[in-house]
Amino acid sequence: MSLGFTLTYLGLIVLIPLAMVFVKTSGLGFAGAWAAVSTPRVLAAVRLTFGLSLVAGVINCVCGFLVAWVLVRYRFPGRRFLDASVDLPFAMPTAVAGITLTTLYAPKGWIGQYFEQAGIQVAYTPLGILLALTFIGLPFVVRTLQPVLEELDAAQEEAAASLGATRWQTFRRIVFPPLVPALITGSTLAFARAVGEYGSVVFIAGNMPGKTEIVPLLIITKLEQNDYAGATALAALMLVISFALLLLINTLQRRMARRHRK
Amino acid sequence: MNVPSRSTEDPLLVRAALIVVAAGFLGLFLFVPLVAIFAEAFAKGVKVYFAALTEDNARSATLLTVSVAAISVPLNAVFGVAAAWAISKFHFRGKSLLLALIDLPFAVSPVVSGLVYVLLFGAQGLFGPWLKAHGIPIIFALPGMVLATIFVTFPFVARELIPLMQAQGSDQEYAALSLGATGWQTFRRVTLPNIKWALFYGVILCNARAMGEFGAVSVVSGHIRGETNTLPLHVEALYYEYNSAAAFACASVLSLLGLVTLGIKTFIEWRSGHRRSKH
Repeated sequence: MSLGFTLTYLGLIVLIPLAMVFVKTSGLGFAGAWAAVSTPRVLAAVRLTFGLSLVAGVINCVCGFLVAWVLVRYRFPGRRFLDASVDLPFAMPTAVAGITLTTLYAPKGWIGQYFEQAGIQVAYTPLGILLALTFIGLPFVVRTLQPVLEELDAAQEEAAASLGATRWQTFRRIVFPPLVPALITGSTLAFARAVGEYGSVVFIAGNMPGKTEIVPLLIITKLEQNDYAGATALAALMLVISFALLLLINTLQRRMARRHRK
Repeated sequence: MNVPSRSTEDPLLVRAALIVVAAGFLGLFLFVPLVAIFAEAFAKGVKVYFAALTEDNARSATLLTVSVAAISVPLNAVFGVAAAWAISKFHFRGKSLLLALIDLPFAVSPVVSGLVYVLLFGAQGLFGPWLKAHGIPIIFALPGMVLATIFVTFPFVARELIPLMQAQGSDQEYAALSLGATGWQTFRRVTLPNIKWALFYGVILCNARAMGEFGAVSVVSGHIRGETNTLPLHVEALYYEYNSAAAFACASVLSLLGLVTLGIKTFIEWRSGHRRSKH
């Protein structure tokens, strides 16, 4: 009975509505769907969204690694507090994060004024979008990496050190390699989240078509203009990409679990 | 936990430098925004702050946010328990597929989550004409916002319960059943006490997300002041009117909700001594 209920609820709330996107898109025909997503405006939005999400993923890979390393390996006052604060981007509603980042990095904001002096505008430019995408993605990398770092085998490190390896050699050859799958998984999670992100980006983006317009916003704009076909085709594209990413993440996580068991 | 011995310890200088860089980064990147919310909210004084929270539109937005969460969170909690029960107590084919499908909403952009319901129930949607003929409002009304919120918060409770119930196995339930307890008695007396903390935590997470959801609800809400604006949408409206103090006042309430949730999470982790899932 519980299985029947689970499947019914899942079907009604998630599967049938999601299937609608593909039913509607297939109604357009391949040519129609392609025409809807191959306009210069859509292509620019796709390029911007995926490009910046990728850069944000790479930045989070580096910064997330540093943060996870410091939190797991070192003991210092305030460590618990820093550890808890990593979850802030998850805890803050996206719209709140959006208006806050925009206010902070606007030309007259607390942080934005210093960038302004240096002649760099952050808010309402691609740099602002990148900032928001990095902000929401950071916890994914840190939280994926932390448990793996905690369970690293100290014996191997000690062996390397006692055999005369320098600290850097030990890090590069012994410590780092087993962390790579977790690092990739975390960054992919951050990337996947960034691609679909709306609330925390839309305020700081500037939303200029062709320049600072992200795909989720373009979907909403098309809906508001009653361009259902365009919105749906774009949503189908997004869904296909996020499913592919989900599959990749699942495969990576399964591989990590298998390696872990060995 | 590693207790670093001398040979595997980083040099003091490296350690100090990395700690300073990481703390500085987190402080500037995560902590300053948190401070900024409250600074902006109180920028025009305590009076303006409370006036912004008690003004009519803010009140109705708060009420709507609470109503949406009050409907969607219990539904997802019941689903979460049922799904975790089915997955952990029975053997059937396609279990891993089911697990992947439960996680699906996490992978979907909030905007697309809202859009799917517009395609079903909107004016040009599949059931749109029928709904219109019968005068049943879904899109741009409470039911649509509830549906979108359920979709977005769908996996939270199930995800907390599934690993726990799988780890606990079904021995205790079998014992209870063989001693003559009914299925419902077994659930209430044996299963529920075992999962109550995870259930509580899942519900808290689900609720925080439900109340803070912006993208999906934005698509299905009509953005009518005092009627279909939830608190996050009200924040947006105030912000675009350059009413920054009021926008941040309402935002600070949402942040407090997030902070309390984070506090409970940290407390439960500290109590149980291990880390929980992400999202």
